[in-house]
Amino acid sequence: MTLWNIILLASIIGVALKLAGYLVPQSLLEKPTPARISNLLTVALLAALVGVQTFASDSQVVIDARVPAVMVAAGLFAIRAPFIVVIISAALVAALIRLFFPV
Amino acid sequence: MVPPRLPVLLQLSFTVSSSELPATAERGPEDRAAFRTGLSVALAVSAYGISFGALSVAAGLDVWQTCVLSLLMFSGGSQFALIGVIASGGVAAGPAAIAASALLGSRNGLYAIRMAPIIGPGFFRRLAAGWLTIDESTAVATAQPTIRSQRIGFWVTGVGIFVGWNIMTLVGALIGDLLGDVRQYGLDAAAAAAFLGLRWPRLKELQPVIVAIAAAVVATVLTPALPPGLPILAAALVAVVVGAFNWWGKRA
Repeated sequence: MTLWNIILLASIIGVALKLAGYLVPQSLLEKPTPARISNLLTVALLAALVGVQTFASDSQVVIDARVPAVMVAAGLFAIRAPFIVVIISAALVAALIRLFFPV
Repeated sequence: MVPPRLPVLLQLSFTVSSSELPATAERGPEDRAAFRTGLSVALAVSAYGISFGALSVAAGLDVWQTCVLSLLMFSGGSQFALIGVIASGGVAAGPAAIAASALLGSRNGLYAIRMAPIIGPGFFRRLAAGWLTIDESTAVATAQPTIRSQRIGFWVTGVGIFVGWNIMTLVGALIGDLLGDVRQYGLDAAAAAAFLGLRWPRLKELQPVIVAIAAAVVATVLTPALPPGLPILAAALVAVVVGAFNWWGKRA
């Protein structure tokens, strides 16, 4: 297997996985239970992503600068601060903590 | 032009390729909000492309191979997983690299199921949408209140990241990691905060709130035990079980 084989095969699998979801018959997704599951799946995947992006470092769970940054973001979202302001604040909090407390 | 709150079926007849969108002045406020959110997410995420380009070349891929991954595979998690395995195991680790990237990419297929009714019919539109179905485009789309703003959110985020990610991949591959570790700018925390903020306003009922919290806990707890990608997929089981039995749901 050459490097090109690996790259093309993995890419084709990646695209096929994305496209497969669009092949699910729409009539099925109009039924209440499949529609509910499909909706909750997105909620679960994206919430899981928040958890992993906040706590995971390679295969370990760590508490680092991301945790206070995400907590600040949660507080700002709770008082309905604009999206972009919250994102920049979160980045700033994490960046400043890492600047002053390098690991 | 189309008022923002037409019934879904009516809106389907006013299709949404971006060239057909009305001028900014005619868009409703939620359409503009979707556009802005998509653009800001695209800008932040594209910055990661430079890291990918630089790391990919360091892992032993050439510039062409690096760019093909960003163009064709176009899924950050899968791409980083692939070059990570190649960097440590070389070409001999090919099957493991392909498996790792497929594991990270399989959640895109689940997003696609959710996105399909939003995208609407049409072979080429679905093909393009499929290509652009990633964490960010799905998150921005499903965070919007109307089907129209959901479509705008999806396409602006997807196309914006596709362009930015590929340009930055090439820059990183050619001249290396100018930015250094993006974590020093807090970009990793910003990504987590962005997904949190996109989800939060839509969590108004008990059922999705419980699913979201349980999924985040399950994925985090399983992180040390499972290979990357699997914890998030395992958390998806929460949605399948709660959805199938309609626990904490509204009775129809």
